[in-house]
Amino acid sequence: MKKVLGFCVVLGGAFCASLPAQDAKKEIQRYRQMVAEGSPAELFEVEGEALWKKPQGPNKVSLEKCDLGGGPGVLKGAYARLPRYFKDADRVMDLETRLLHCAVTLQGRRREEAAARVFGSADRPSEMESLSAYIAAQSRGMKMAPGLSHPKEKEAYAMGRALYFHRTGAWDFSCASCHGEEGKRIRMQDLPVLYKPEHARPVVSTWPAYRVSTSQFITLQWRMNNCYQQMRMPEPDFGSDTTVALILFLTATGKGEPYRGPGTKR
Amino acid sequence: MKRIFLVAVLVAPSALADPTPQDVQKLMQRDFHARGQAGMDRVVQDGLQRLCTESRDNPPAGAAKAIEADQMKTIVFPEGSLMGDWKRGESIAQNGRGLQWTDKPGDAAGGSCYNCHQLSPQEASFGTLGPSLQQFGKLRGNGPEIQRYVYGKIYNAKAYNLCSQMPRLGLSGTLSAEQIKDLVALLLDADSPVNQ
Repeated sequence: MKKVLGFCVVLGGAFCASLPAQDAKKEIQRYRQMVAEGSPAELFEVEGEALWKKPQGPNKVSLEKCDLGGGPGVLKGAYARLPRYFKDADRVMDLETRLLHCAVTLQGRRREEAAARVFGSADRPSEMESLSAYIAAQSRGMKMAPGLSHPKEKEAYAMGRALYFHRTGAWDFSCASCHGEEGKRIRMQDLPVLYKPEHARPVVSTWPAYRVSTSQFITLQWRMNNCYQQMRMPEPDFGSDTTVALILFLTATGKGEPYRGPGTKR
Repeated sequence: MKRIFLVAVLVAPSALADPTPQDVQKLMQRDFHARGQAGMDRVVQDGLQRLCTESRDNPPAGAAKAIEADQMKTIVFPEGSLMGDWKRGESIAQNGRGLQWTDKPGDAAGGSCYNCHQLSPQEASFGTLGPSLQQFGKLRGNGPEIQRYVYGKIYNAKAYNLCSQMPRLGLSGTLSAEQIKDLVALLLDADSPVNQ
């Protein structure tokens, strides 16, 4: 009963109860089409917009003045130009690292508090996940063009590439142990060779993304974290130079591809 | 003009130099933290990992032979038969857990074999990073020599191929001697589905 009611609300309410069978069938078709066209990521985008505008922290201000590279509050195309060097922090930052920086510098939050729960669950997404969805969506159609000219950007890119091929950990893995040869897979999962532009392009242009198998919205910081977990490594710090260098290396390898995320993953 | 030229010469080499494995390790030691059973000792490369990183898995033959010989010495072969129970071996091959920071210390780990290899024909979800092992025993028999090879290869794959992507499952403490024997049986036992 509850489900039927919910469905009626989705279809537009009041006249639902009196729908003849034929019309109901048509409406179901319309609903199915709507679901197929829209991405669940949109729900996270809506939540992210609310969070972007919500006053938080000791300073009781929102993130709306956060400078993601194009000036305070400029969201259009910002994601497509990340990671990049930020003079005020004197380091290269990806989206999530920059958001954490803004939470601390603008909102006056403690870093530990703002980063306490960066990876959410199916029931409760994290702030970072929703914000990433909202901000990334505003780069749709724009070519991925991370910062590669500043000396620190060049340094981070070179470090990211070195990290990609660095073998360590209890199982002697590097990123290339799995993502190093074309046409390979783990179980049934195909493995992109991420140091090759043709493989990196479709990947970097669709992250962050909604993951169907876990009903979660996942970010690139999460992806780095989860790979190192599977590599039997200790845990990388959120927003560390290591994670940012890898994200810059991958994004730079896939640069030029128009952004079409947030995407949907298996 | 002269000064600009001089600066460019001084700056260029350092800007172009790729980070060494030592540089990468130093960064990782700063940027990672221990979690669960995954301690920071895992960020410290051993000689083999360093050589394979430096050579992009193509080590000079001489150095490779020497380290392979060292790795061979790490293998502890149990007394008697090396063939365990292929049925237990199948479930060890299926299990992809173990040594992650989310895995409970003390819980038996798996071998993650199907992540990379085709084994029993009944399992359609297999990876392709490693070669197919279907019919492995049927093609090679199951005498003491091949048993010893399979046991050793699972215990420490690097003793046979220095920069192999296969983990050193015995040496790393992932699998016990009993578990490795069960995997030997999965590959070699005439009754194992691998050999049907």
